[in-house]
Amino acid sequence: MSVDGPSYFLASLRRRMPAPIRLRELIRTIRTARTQAEEREMIQKECAAIRSSFREEDNTYRCRNVAKLLYMHMLGYPAHFGQLECLKLIASQKFTDKRIGYLGAMLLLDERQDVHLLMTNCIKNDLNHSTQYVQGLALCTLGCMGSSEMCRDLAGEVEKLLKTSNSYLRKKAALCAVHVIRKVPELMEMFLPATKNLLSEKNHGVLHTSVVLLTEMCERSPDMLAHFRKLVPQLVRILKNLIMSGYSPEHDVSGISDPFLQVRILRLLRILGKSDDDSSEAMNDILAQVATNTETSKNVGNAILYETVLTIMDIKSESGLRVLAINILGRFLLNNDKNIRYVALTSLLKTVQTDHNAVQRHRSTIVDCLKDLDVSIKRRAMELSFALVNGNNVRGMMKELLYFLDSCDPEFKADCASGVFLAAEKYAPSKRWHIDTVMRVLTTAGSYVRDDSVPNLIQLITNSVEMHAYTVQRLYKALLDDISQQPLVQVASWCIGEYGDLLLSGQCEEEEPIQVTEDEVLDVLEGLLASNLSTPVTRGYSLTAIMKLSTRFSSVNRIKKVVSVYGSSIDVELQQRAVEYNALFKKYDHMRPALLERMPIMEKTATNGPSEIVQTNGEAEPSAVEAKHPPPVAQPANQANDLLDLLGGNDVVPVIQTSMPTKPASAGGELLDLLGDLSLSGPAPAPSVPSSQPPFLLDGLSSQPLFNDIAPAGIPPMIAYNKNGLKIDFTFERANPNPNVAVITIHATNSTESEMTEFVFQAAVPKTFQLQLLSPSSNVVPALNQGSVTQVIRVLNPQKQQLRMRIKLTYTHKGSPVQDLSEVNNFPPQSWQ
Amino acid sequence: MMRFMLLFSRQGKLRLQKWYTATAERDKKKMVRELMQIVLARKPKMCSFLEWRDLKIVYKRYASLYFCCAIEEHDNELITLEIIHRFVELLDKYFGSVCELDIIFNFEKAYFILDEFLMGGEIQDTSKKSVLKAIEQSDLLQEEDESPRSVLEEMGLA
Repeated sequence: MSVDGPSYFLASLRRRMPAPIRLRELIRTIRTARTQAEEREMIQKECAAIRSSFREEDNTYRCRNVAKLLYMHMLGYPAHFGQLECLKLIASQKFTDKRIGYLGAMLLLDERQDVHLLMTNCIKNDLNHSTQYVQGLALCTLGCMGSSEMCRDLAGEVEKLLKTSNSYLRKKAALCAVHVIRKVPELMEMFLPATKNLLSEKNHGVLHTSVVLLTEMCERSPDMLAHFRKLVPQLVRILKNLIMSGYSPEHDVSGISDPFLQVRILRLLRILGKSDDDSSEAMNDILAQVATNTETSKNVGNAILYETVLTIMDIKSESGLRVLAINILGRFLLNNDKNIRYVALTSLLKTVQTDHNAVQRHRSTIVDCLKDLDVSIKRRAMELSFALVNGNNVRGMMKELLYFLDSCDPEFKADCASGVFLAAEKYAPSKRWHIDTVMRVLTTAGSYVRDDSVPNLIQLITNSVEMHAYTVQRLYKALLDDISQQPLVQVASWCIGEYGDLLLSGQCEEEEPIQVTEDEVLDVLEGLLASNLSTPVTRGYSLTAIMKLSTRFSSVNRIKKVVSVYGSSIDVELQQRAVEYNALFKKYDHMRPALLERMPIMEKTATNGPSEIVQTNGEAEPSAVEAKHPPPVAQPANQANDLLDLLGGNDVVPVIQTSMPTKPASAGGELLDLLGDLSLSGPAPAPSVPSSQPPFLLDGLSSQPLFNDIAPAGIPPMIAYNKNGLKIDFTFERANPNPNVAVITIHATNSTESEMTEFVFQAAVPKTFQLQLLSPSSNVVPALNQGSVTQVIRVLNPQKQQLRMRIKLTYTHKGSPVQDLSEVNNFPPQSWQ
Repeated sequence: MMRFMLLFSRQGKLRLQKWYTATAERDKKKMVRELMQIVLARKPKMCSFLEWRDLKIVYKRYASLYFCCAIEEHDNELITLEIIHRFVELLDKYFGSVCELDIIFNFEKAYFILDEFLMGGEIQDTSKKSVLKAIEQSDLLQEEDESPRSVLEEMGLA
């Protein structure tokens, strides 16, 4: 059979031109081309012939020519000039023409171009054709590529055909309706009456497509869903018949009767049973039956089991059934077929939250999958493993995961490293173990560790006070081995800067203390500065570390020399640091010890919600525990301590101001937020003047809907302080995702005749609160209320206690410094309730 | 629903492409190129599923041809393998031990069969017999079209 027929003989009598070559012949010819160029030449020649044939309005060969065009289109050549010809073919009376015409329309026509609308009338006519196969063509074309306009125009015809008794047409109409609904959801209603007795059909084709139609309607409309819930008994019956009935040759696949229909029914049941107790109960038995009776030796049986498991987990099933489902998944994990293992891991990942204990039972199998050869399986096994880590199994699991980290492909290392950090953070059995684990990750996968891990690790180390000596020693030794992994080098530099004295004094209890001299340590740090392997960020860390050692070591002269050398470094960042440190040595030497003091323990601000690996299509994205990275040249710790002292020490948490965040680590993530991973660009480091920042740093981030959702909760503003012409107002908002966070903006105005310069606002809150101060808009409060300084404070109040605050104000007014302390107790109740 | 189905050879030649969503020609080409590269790079021991963009790709190799489907998040990968297999069976029954050449030289028929089996990314009929019968009948209709013989031919004079 071919698209050309014996009529060519007659046609050639009529013309002088030879008949266009047949499709098969063209295909054969093109395949003989030995080069791309040769092929292109042949194609161009043929296209030219086809074009002229089209121009001549040749009806006889149009079909043949379009078919050839479609072949060339598949090879990648342009065929748009055949679009109208397809329409002509569709309009023809010959079935052959229509067949190729509709095929051409589906391949060449694009709903973006208006020309496709010309099809609409033809389709309408063909939908009413006397031959069902023509009707079928029309339905198929409409159902595959009908645009919204076409669907609107023809929905009525489709609806009519949905009610026909001809099952051949009915099944096609059902799927066509599905497409119409997808394109024009508003039209869904009109198909409702026709669905009335769809499920009473015996014909499997109609049954299957009807179930698809019902599924589509239920997914899109809660009303439809409620309406169709009454079909559950009928669906259960149909499913039961499929399982219990004997061999049916027409629908049998490897001994299972119509698996495709079974799977679709299970899926519809899932949607109907979700959040509905009655429906879920009505389907409990059949689900159990399918789960236990289905043959598992072939893929087709497992496909049904898979769908069953998904349904059981989604509806309100009784616990026995859920355990059954998880056990099926567990069996899947042991299956030889890697596809089955893959879907098992995917499903387990979905259920690990809700049925954690059940999944734990299969932990060892899951961990074994880490060694699988397939990348997708490995990734899922890794995600699932992290989800299963808990306080009891953390040591064993970490061993496996660290081993995995050592040997896995680079694409996994970053996620694995982050996962290890997170899990270690949550479940570390001891500080020593935690630090060892961190060290292991840094040394084995150091270059893959995420940038934001560096500040987190630094915070962890700082807070593990008793481990300082051990940590710095291990890090130092690691540096001696390898300086190429930047995160490791950065953390190590920072630690050496902080705890270099411990390194020298050999105080380590955990392991054999090493003997090292000041010069050796400084050699290492200077080596980092000079090395090509070090990034600019790392160099920054090293220089600062060296500087810090000036108060811990005695080789001050050596350090001075290094610092002064880098005062003329090409790297601007380094240069600036060196110059400032130089200034410290010269003019501000009295301040140096205080400035370079040991870092205080940093309190972690809370993270919002569980810190866990979120499954996003295989990518693990832990919402890392955020911590503020303290500026290396810190706000003198003294000031915070002063506030502490005055407030009686015990019940107050020192506030770390972020007004001068110089971020040696790469930008992003440090300026902490209570709501997860936001990357904010912090203000540029400035030595004395806090840079101007709009109070809401986050307004500019369009990708963060969280903060755009800040709904002013209608909390009245208040006056917090009003003395000597300085008035400070507090205005309130609630950060929407987390009602425990109150966002307070302070507005400082100055009614006196001279401006207040070097204005610094500090605050402290009771212990149960956590507070974060963002950068102020400026540090000059203009005179005569001509402007204000604004600053944002965020207060986390998880225990909903009454908010109290002590504030300290320092500024220079008319040449003399002014300092004042005050208590703020008149917070409106809505701000902390 | 299935978003699209591709058939291509080991050499990266496209033999069939069926798209169930409206996509620009340029984007189709890009996606096809990308996917072919990814799938052809897979080793035999790897599983038949992979994630690509926001879709799941299910592929299976039959002799020299790769059958590659893109399905959505909530679709069942294992049954999709069965769908692919059913399509191959239909082709096999129709062409009689189908091979790649059959699909190359009769691509339009391959499309006809596919369009009788799937519509809008969903199965129309789960009965092999039913689908094949419809194709058979349609082919007969096509033959009838071509058959009207001229008077001369009827008389055997042409």
